[in-house]
Amino acid sequence: MTIDLVIRQTLQIALVVGAAPLLAGWIRQCRAWLANRVGAGLLQPYRELFKLLRKEPVVACGASWVFIATPYIAFATMAVAGAIVPMMTSRLPLAGAADVVALAGLFALARIFAALAAMDLGTPFGSMGARRTMLVGFLAEPALLMVLFTPALISGSTSLAIIVRQLARHGFILYPSMAFAAAAFVMVALAENARLPVDNPETHLELTMIHEALNLEYSGPHLALIEWAAAMKLFVYIGIGVALFLPWGIAQGRGLATLPVACALFAMKLAVGGAGLALIETLLAKLRLFRVPEFLGIAFLLAVLGLLVRYLVGH
Amino acid sequence: MTDHDPRSAPAWSRLPGPLPVNHAWVDARLWREIAARCHAEDGRLGSLWGSDERPTGSGFVVHAILVSQEGWHWISLKAGDTNPRFPTLSDLFPEAARQERALFDLLGIGSGAPDTRPWLRHEVWGPADFPLRRDRADAPPAARGADPYPFVPVRGEGVHEIAVGPIHAGTIEPGHFRFSVMGDEILRLEARLGYTHKGVAKRFEAMPLATGARLAGRVCGDSTAAYAGAYAMAVEAVSGCAPPPRALWLRALLFERERVANHLGDLGALCQDGGLAFGLTQFGLLKERWLETHRRLFGHRYLMDVIVPGGVACDLDATALGLLESEGTAVLETTRRLEDIVDDHAGLQERFLGAGRLDRAQARALGAVGLAARASGIACDLRALWPSPPYDALGTRVSTRTGGDVAARVGVRFDEIRESLRLIQAILAQLPPGPVCAPCDRAEGLLGLGAVEGWRGRILVAITRARTSGDHHVHIHDPSWQNWPLLERAAPGDLVPDFPLINKSFNLAYSGLDL
Repeated sequence: MTIDLVIRQTLQIALVVGAAPLLAGWIRQCRAWLANRVGAGLLQPYRELFKLLRKEPVVACGASWVFIATPYIAFATMAVAGAIVPMMTSRLPLAGAADVVALAGLFALARIFAALAAMDLGTPFGSMGARRTMLVGFLAEPALLMVLFTPALISGSTSLAIIVRQLARHGFILYPSMAFAAAAFVMVALAENARLPVDNPETHLELTMIHEALNLEYSGPHLALIEWAAAMKLFVYIGIGVALFLPWGIAQGRGLATLPVACALFAMKLAVGGAGLALIETLLAKLRLFRVPEFLGIAFLLAVLGLLVRYLVGH
Repeated sequence: MTDHDPRSAPAWSRLPGPLPVNHAWVDARLWREIAARCHAEDGRLGSLWGSDERPTGSGFVVHAILVSQEGWHWISLKAGDTNPRFPTLSDLFPEAARQERALFDLLGIGSGAPDTRPWLRHEVWGPADFPLRRDRADAPPAARGADPYPFVPVRGEGVHEIAVGPIHAGTIEPGHFRFSVMGDEILRLEARLGYTHKGVAKRFEAMPLATGARLAGRVCGDSTAAYAGAYAMAVEAVSGCAPPPRALWLRALLFERERVANHLGDLGALCQDGGLAFGLTQFGLLKERWLETHRRLFGHRYLMDVIVPGGVACDLDATALGLLESEGTAVLETTRRLEDIVDDHAGLQERFLGAGRLDRAQARALGAVGLAARASGIACDLRALWPSPPYDALGTRVSTRTGGDVAARVGVRFDEIRESLRLIQAILAQLPPGPVCAPCDRAEGLLGLGAVEGWRGRILVAITRARTSGDHHVHIHDPSWQNWPLLERAAPGDLVPDFPLINKSFNLAYSGLDL
């Protein structure tokens, strides 16, 4: 492994860990602007993380190791996911370590631990949140896999790095199958990241919560890690979306010279993606909980349509 | 207080004031008879409470106000000195049940109703400690162990309970909600309240009636004008005082402005609970500007201390009238546009329609009042049914919906904003000249009742005075007494995550109820 690859990989992990709160702040700021508010500024998530990290964690008596370990597991899995998704460059040493199926598995691992930890203390809201998270998760996961299989078919590999390289090499080609997959991906990303219309990340009403209910018992640095992991998950998801559907401009070469341009391009794509998410969240109301399966069912259907189009039309 | 003859028909006497209220002393048999007749005539229980009149020799007294087509009847029953009892009315009027439980907790007057669980007693007062008795020692209560409070259980495979509150994830008032659920579907809901009891009735007893207006205006912060107005009406009734016409018109202006402020705030909160944060900021902005006008013209954002017994404490000049008029026009225009957005938003309507449905029969059986009743098709509104000046001259159009769901309660709120803005413009145009306050310090009568249609429903204030000692008792009744049980009927069948939205669509009082 050359020093060049080590630098690329380190940069990428640092970017995901370091810039994820910035993206969360950007989305919140966009939502504030869209609602005619001033907003708290781009750096607010950093201030919140800093505040939480300085506090003492309060752990309920009777909490098992699952409860304590979950924040670290969540943080670590998201960091690993961030390491294997090609964002600025398709030449990542770790990208070959896991393909898209393993990536979906990583997200599932984090979700299962979050649900187990929420049920660990036996509080009603934790169990409720765990139940709802698994409901959303087990519907979103197959849809996500279906979405990922369309570009995998096009490029003939389930490795993200190869998919991205293949797609970026072609230049701008509009695959009808990818349009279906992109629509499905946006829906899955909204559900997986607990965003509107599936979940309201800004609610304080414990009975309506899905993702937030999992975190009610966490405090201090534990909560900081979970919030940070959630921000990283969103970052990685938008990163996957960019890699699959807007890969042009990603650095392909061996040297480091192309990285700054690719990095700037990626930042722009992220900003646009974040603003788009804020727009979606401003325009939509929250779905009734039992409509969520229909919502994800449509996502699954769109993803399957994408696959069929690929088979039938050949694009 | 004249003695009554238990064998004769009740001796009704008309009380002073704009409402057609007749009062009579009754015995236990008449108490039940009159209530049963009122129930048969489709009347409702307005309020039920008690007071300790032992210093004047009347023992404990239980009062009830019955509202029916032919008018208002206030009946009082002497319940005895030791071991006081009265016949329950909760078999006729379900809304009496919790008031009777609160009455026992405060005064130790038993009703014989089957539900003897405490209502206001939260593990602090001793078993023989009744805080509203006049001879109660003023010692601070000692903390005690937990009282058992059995909720009605639901059994069956897969049924479990979710206990929510009294401490919530957000900064909201305390209330405990016990859901029996199957998955995410609500099978049964039971609320336990009374966590914010602070001895308001006891405090009133030690305050002169004139000063009490300040306290009455602080019973429930979102209904300051309505509470202060009802209290002023009651004091005026016992003082034989008639406020000048301009004061009455200004009061109506304040009632309507308070209604608009609350409806704007609630509509924003309902959008927010539906997940549309845009609505919260837009309605929040409208409400904020509205409240700022209150501060500029009336000296307080929530109109505290503006309405006083005898009239109002401030007057408006021509500039202020012009400002209010143009503000009303602007708010009407903006609300219309926001109503279009809310009506056309498919996602929001999907949440609102059919959620928390309460049909007319249920609402009627539970004695629903106010906004919630109107959204279930019951046109009860004091301003239209028993209009006191200036509503008799203005003519209020009552808005009703038949859906009984969250959408209906949202619709009624929009209608009422429009109607209140229309009334405000009419009041501004026809405001009579003259003084705004009359002296109100002679204590003449013994009983006074005040009633105002607040934004939630009718707020009652009843004052009883003893001729010999000068002691008085003030009873304050919030429409939430009637409407909290509606929520327990509206929620079953809906999903747990929809409950906050349903709850917000009623938006009932905690603090105004627990007193």
